[in-house]
Parts: sequence; C-alpha cells; structure tokens
Amino acid sequence: MVQPLNYFKETPSQTAGPYVHIGLAPAYAGFDIFENNFSNVVAGPNTKGERIKVKGRVIDGTGAPVRDVMLESWQANSEGKYNHPEDSQDKAVEDDFLGWGRICSDFESGVYTIDTIKPGSVPGRNGAIQAPHISLWIVARGINIGLQTRVYFSDEASANAKDPVLNFVEQADRRKTLIAERSEENGEVIYTFDIHLQGEQETVFFDV
Amino acid sequence: MTIERPNRPAMVRKPGEYFQRDRDIHPPAFTPGYKTSVTRSPQKALLSLEQSLSEMTGPVFNHNALGELDHDMILNYAKDGEPIGQRIIVHGRVMDESGKGIPHTLVEAWQANAGGRYRHKKDTYLAPIDPNFGGCGRCLTDEDGYYFFRTIKPGPYPWRNYINSWRPAHIHLSIFGPSFSQRLITQMYFEGDPLIDICPIVKTIPDEDAIKRLIAPMDLNASVPLDCRAYKFDIVLRGRRSTLFENRLEGN
Ligand SMILES: [Fe+2]
Repeated sequence: MVQPLNYFKETPSQTAGPYVHIGLAPAYAGFDIFENNFSNVVAGPNTKGERIKVKGRVIDGTGAPVRDVMLESWQANSEGKYNHPEDSQDKAVEDDFLGWGRICSDFESGVYTIDTIKPGSVPGRNGAIQAPHISLWIVARGINIGLQTRVYFSDEASANAKDPVLNFVEQADRRKTLIAERSEENGEVIYTFDIHLQGEQETVFFDV
Repeated sequence: MTIERPNRPAMVRKPGEYFQRDRDIHPPAFTPGYKTSVTRSPQKALLSLEQSLSEMTGPVFNHNALGELDHDMILNYAKDGEPIGQRIIVHGRVMDESGKGIPHTLVEAWQANAGGRYRHKKDTYLAPIDPNFGGCGRCLTDEDGYYFFRTIKPGPYPWRNYINSWRPAHIHLSIFGPSFSQRLITQMYFEGDPLIDICPIVKTIPDEDAIKRLIAPMDLNASVPLDCRAYKFDIVLRGRRSTLFENRLEGN
C-alpha cells in the first residue's frame, strides 16, 4: 500500500447542445433577460489598433455549415498584452479592451463574425515570440468537448514563419488551416477563417 | 567556521502550466450512438501543445457584469407570478484538481422548464412555455469557490436521435476558471433518474465513475424547510503545476 494521491478528477465535458444560446447568448434564443449581455465585440472604441473582423463558417463532414455553433475568442491587444493579472509585461491594457468575445453563428448562413482589433505578437515559451493570433474555443450540438484552435493572419508571413506553434504542425500543408485570409470590403478589413471539422481540409485542433 | 556553499540562488515555486487534460474521462469526439457527433467530430489527432501565455490566461469577469437576480431562475424572468414546478437550489464548489476552490469565476446555467420545454425559437416540443420562466442564470463563485442557483427542476424531454429518445432531466453548466485552457461546458443530472443510464449523450462518456460525477445527490441539509429542496454539484476544473525555478533577478 502507498498513500493515495488524492487528486480530484476533472468534471467530464458534455455537449453544449442545440440550446446553448439560452444560457450563453439569450438574445439569439429569441428573448431578453439580462441587463448586460456578452457579445462578439472584443474591443471598445478606446482600444488602439487596427479594426478588423474575423469571419467564417464552421463546416461539418458533409460540407454543410454548422448553423448552431458558438465560439469564444481570446486574444492580446495590439501591443501583445493580455487582459489578465498574470501577464506581467510592462505594457498597458485599454479600459475597454476585454480580449474575449462570445460569437454565435447566423442561424441561416452559419457565418460567425468577431468584431475586434488585430492583436500584436505575444511572448511564447522560453523567450520565443509568437506571431499575432487569436485563440478560439468552439462548442455546438454534436461536439462532445470544446475544440481549441488558433487564428493567424495571412499578412504576417514572416512572423508566421517563425511561430513556434505553426512550426510544430508537422505537415506544412496543414498549417494553412490556421491562417485567415485578409481582404478589404467597403473599407473594412476582413479576415476569412473557415473551420473544417472533418475531411481533407480538417482544421488543426489543439489539446492545450 | 564558515560553511562553503555554491553561489546559486535558492529554488522557489511559482504557478506553472495546467495539468495535462485526462482525455480518458471525457467523451471522445466521435460517438456514433449520439448521431450528430458523426459529422461534427474531428478525425485527425489533436495536436498537444505546451502551454504559453495564450493558454494560461483567460477572461476575468467582475460583479458589474451581472445583475442582482441573474442567479435566481425563479425570479429572473417572473412576469405575473412565479414559474410552475419543483423549487430547488443547485449549489456546490468550483475547485481545481488539487481541491483548491476557484474564487470569483463565472458559472452560467441553462435548462428546460418543468415540462421539459426550452425558451428557444428552435424548440418546438409540445409541452408549453412557462410565461414566468426564462431558463438561464449565472453567478460568480465566492472567495472559496462556492456557487448557488435557485431554480425549478427541469423536466425530461424528447429529442431526435432514436425515435424514442428522451433526455434525462439536466441543467447545462458553463464554467471558466482563470485560464482559457480550463474552459468547460457540462451537464448536471439528478440522482434517481432512470433515463440517465440509457441516454446516448451521457453514454458518450466512456468511464462509469466519470458519469457518476455528473449526477447531483439531493442535499436535505441545504434545503430550505417548507420552501425548496437542494441538490449538490461540485465542479472540478484542471489543476495547476508548480514550477520550481532558481530565483534569479530579472534580466540575469
Ligand atoms: Fe438540454
């Protein structure tokens, strides 16, 4: 006999189900209950940086968009600083920069939109620098445990080429599933980022 | 007499990465008994990442984000009376795998009403909407990680999987913790429900002990006599390593 290790075990995950919007984004479920609602707006007007929208669809194994998906995003500000007490970099965080957004896809088209600013580079492990990126967490009916991935930016080719996470993806071809394509529409900067749950173009998902 | 010691800084401990997630207690992505998972499950292996600041940080919420009645589903949508059904309290602690309470973290809940109907434009079940019940609530844990909601016990409801599939009564819960790598959504079931054992969504979890950890026992000690019964549901998020390192001054 030895002493028991006595760790608790993590609570198991269960799917968010089709009605995730009731609890997490009631306006999408069709009603109004809370005074403050969380939204897809990650950065307020006082936040510095280039205004961008990240847009795309989550696509299932048949090629159809997942129209009841919910995503959450987490990112640093344009200086590369996270709005979190453990980010000890000597940089400021704007008072209206949340860094976090909650995004529901459109029930008809399946398109999701993150309204944010482009993040800066952030520190990686052991002194490395990570290219600008946004972390995503994806839940829906039929997804048993939230999927984690990252959005990188097509116009950051040289930073992306040195990014430790992108380079850790063994098949160079799969790295492009993590890179959003920049375009401009009516004066807005749009990064298109489709997420493929299955198939040849399956997005790289992480166990973090 | 002087003791000769090597001129090295002392080892100290600081919080490091979060424990590796034990994937064996979570449902895998592909679970054909739960049919919707078939086309929504990644088929390639997840890429295991060593955590950086991006994974070890996450959103922080404060009390300003919440309203006074957000945690009280009996009152937070009451219009001309209180909702129909069994009055219950759901309470417990949010802790990490080391048993440490997680303070001031956001817990969100959503559920069907007593008849098993959701207030959602996509729910067409014939059980009626309760005009006084919204079915969602949220709260922050206190400094010890304790949380509670007051609500109505949800009813089971039919769903399209097999022809005659019924979900056990359940409350959906969403929990944050201080880091984005701890983000979790789960469902809480109620002790004694015969639908638990045959539910295809419950059965996505391969480990029997893990399933038991999703079933809340009735807790008479926390009940309010003549008013409301209680169910106790503790939630465990990933724990955290301590890193040992030499306490050098910055820049050395
Ligand atoms: Fe449900």
